[in-house]
Amino acid sequence: MDTTIENSNLKSEEYFINMGPQHPATHGVLRLLLTIDGEIIKKVEPDLGYIHRSIEKMSERDSYQQIVHLTDRMDYLSSHINNEAVCLTVENALQLEVPERVKVIRTIISELTRIASHCLWWGVMGMDVGALTSYFYGFRDREMINDIFEETCGARLTMNYNLPGGLMYDIHPNFVKRTKDFIAHFKTKLPEYDRLLTGNVIFQKRMKGVGILTKEDAISFGASGPVARGSGYSCDVRKHHPYSAYKNVSFTESLKTAGDSLARYEVRIQEMWESMSIIEQLIDNIPEGDYKVATKAVIKLPKGEFYQKVETARGELGVYIISTGTKNPYRIKFRSPGLSNLSLLNHIAVGGKIGDLVASMATLDLVIPDIDR
Amino acid sequence: MNTMNFTLSTSTTIYEWLLGILPEGWENTANIGTMIVIALIYLAIFAVAGLYLVLLERKVAAWFQLRLGPNRVGFWGLLQTMADALKLVSKELTGTIKADKFLYNLAPYFVIVTSLMALSVFPFTQEFQAFDINIGLFFLIAISSIGVIGILLGGWASNNKFALIGAMRSGVQTISYELSIGLSLVTMVLITGSLQLSEIIEVQKNGWLIVQGHIPAVIAFMIYMIAGTAETNRAPFDMVEAESELGAGFHTEYSGMKFAYFFLAEFINMFIIAAIATTVFFGGWLSPFGITESIPWLGVIWFIGKTFILVFLMMWFRWTFPRLRVDQLLTLEWKYLLPLNLLNIVLMAVIVWLNLTIQF
Repeated sequence: MDTTIENSNLKSEEYFINMGPQHPATHGVLRLLLTIDGEIIKKVEPDLGYIHRSIEKMSERDSYQQIVHLTDRMDYLSSHINNEAVCLTVENALQLEVPERVKVIRTIISELTRIASHCLWWGVMGMDVGALTSYFYGFRDREMINDIFEETCGARLTMNYNLPGGLMYDIHPNFVKRTKDFIAHFKTKLPEYDRLLTGNVIFQKRMKGVGILTKEDAISFGASGPVARGSGYSCDVRKHHPYSAYKNVSFTESLKTAGDSLARYEVRIQEMWESMSIIEQLIDNIPEGDYKVATKAVIKLPKGEFYQKVETARGELGVYIISTGTKNPYRIKFRSPGLSNLSLLNHIAVGGKIGDLVASMATLDLVIPDIDR
Repeated sequence: MNTMNFTLSTSTTIYEWLLGILPEGWENTANIGTMIVIALIYLAIFAVAGLYLVLLERKVAAWFQLRLGPNRVGFWGLLQTMADALKLVSKELTGTIKADKFLYNLAPYFVIVTSLMALSVFPFTQEFQAFDINIGLFFLIAISSIGVIGILLGGWASNNKFALIGAMRSGVQTISYELSIGLSLVTMVLITGSLQLSEIIEVQKNGWLIVQGHIPAVIAFMIYMIAGTAETNRAPFDMVEAESELGAGFHTEYSGMKFAYFFLAEFINMFIIAAIATTVFFGGWLSPFGITESIPWLGVIWFIGKTFILVFLMMWFRWTFPRLRVDQLLTLEWKYLLPLNLLNIVLMAVIVWLNLTIQF
């Protein structure tokens, strides 16, 4: 007698489900076309373009100072780092040496941005696996960073603090003190994150061995940032191609070899510690000097192609500018970390359950406007 | 209608009052009238109780999450859920065109009616119990498992794949955890020797059952609380709704008051699970060491107080733990809780047989 389902008259068939563009787990307007067999994922097909604002095309119309402001809207959680990427490209093209003070301030704010971004990611990560409380803990600490930003540059999210040639204004007199206060505060709060979520047995069960990405796959999918480092691929731009003040500070690149969701999670937690250490090394000795060098009102890049990459909170952001010598770029292309990290979602989610898909997607830390641009 | 068990003074008082105002020979009408009046009282009390459990949940969540919670409508936000309920009542009932209309409309009533029915057998004090049936515990387990039919119907009839996945998960989950609930209560019944809730409390006058049964009772209580949380589909077992996975799960397509029925039922079910635990493990309306034995009506306060501590415990679970995955949920039940439960029953049987229970 045959009792297995395969050989009986009971039919089971795969079905299709539409996850998004309005779905709590896709954090924005990502649409996933899922092919599911019961609870098991057979295929994940991301459908992009719901928040495409043609930033690259608009940039061809704008001057270089204006392009900086558009980049805020790509990966809005690392807005300062995006600004910095464009500014560095333009400065390199002009062979403009910015003052040491600017480099240090840019680095400190970049690292604060990274902590803020990871705080939000941590909160949302908890929410995606069903622990709603973590969301508010993450936001509590992120608020403090936003307050520091607000005081210094007037904005909390889309900062526009960078300009080709330096910064918009000098830092606020309170900046150093408040940043130190934050570091002291966050050093007591980050262990709380571990106590609430990391050590939880359910959380470990949900994350360990789920969504495995090997080092070879990470490289071939073009993964970068914590996603690739969770698979043991050393790819930190700050380490390998240091820009701004990163060559003056010592920090370790957090690497995990497991390649599962838990590894990617731990890499980000570790990065927050590293970011704090970088800020501590720099905050006490911000060099005196100008906060910008004067540039011409209309910046014209020399004819040629220019590329600069930086490490955002999500991975490697590249800015590629083709200039014909006019005040606008002929073509500008952003290599965003989100797009290549999303491309491996199908690879790591197939064979898992719906819950696994959501958990693995959370560890990719996708920002949809960064993917669509 | 003389088979009705009117031994309790609350119902007797209403019955006599109705007899007094009705003409001679209308005893049956008075009987039915009594039942209707009691039903209405229960309905009113638990509609309000459900609303305030929602408020409590929001406040507890706020305390855990560094927030204030609702504090604008009424003092300390006390009228917030009333306002929400008014809003839900006045909302248009939208539905899907392709839904199976009859089943779609039936489902919320299934859920809310079963949870209200379960309330009728609880002894809130010696005096205040609607029906003291001799299979009270069995009735509770039976009724609480009917509710899942409503969830299955709702998810199936909505004609929505997310709702369907949610409903199927609910079926799987409830069928599995029903076993643990039943078996952990059976463990306690070994001591009481009765399924009648008033008798279960009578037995506990010599010490609450969690003390009488000591080790196996504590194990049974822990299993019961885990399974009870799963039974009410609350986090960390909220596979059925799983907002980050399924949007809203089985009630995705429901709106207005029909949604509110599902929502209220969840909270009343939580109250029921806590109330069963209070009755079976913590002496129901009995005060600790009989300190308020001379004032019987205080039993209500003790009962509600104990219940709310357990409700708070369940809220604590919800706002602390991440959600399990659906296969881990079944692993937990079938591989860990069920074998442990069966062993626990044997242990309890040995303890009762050797008369090792602790009695004061």
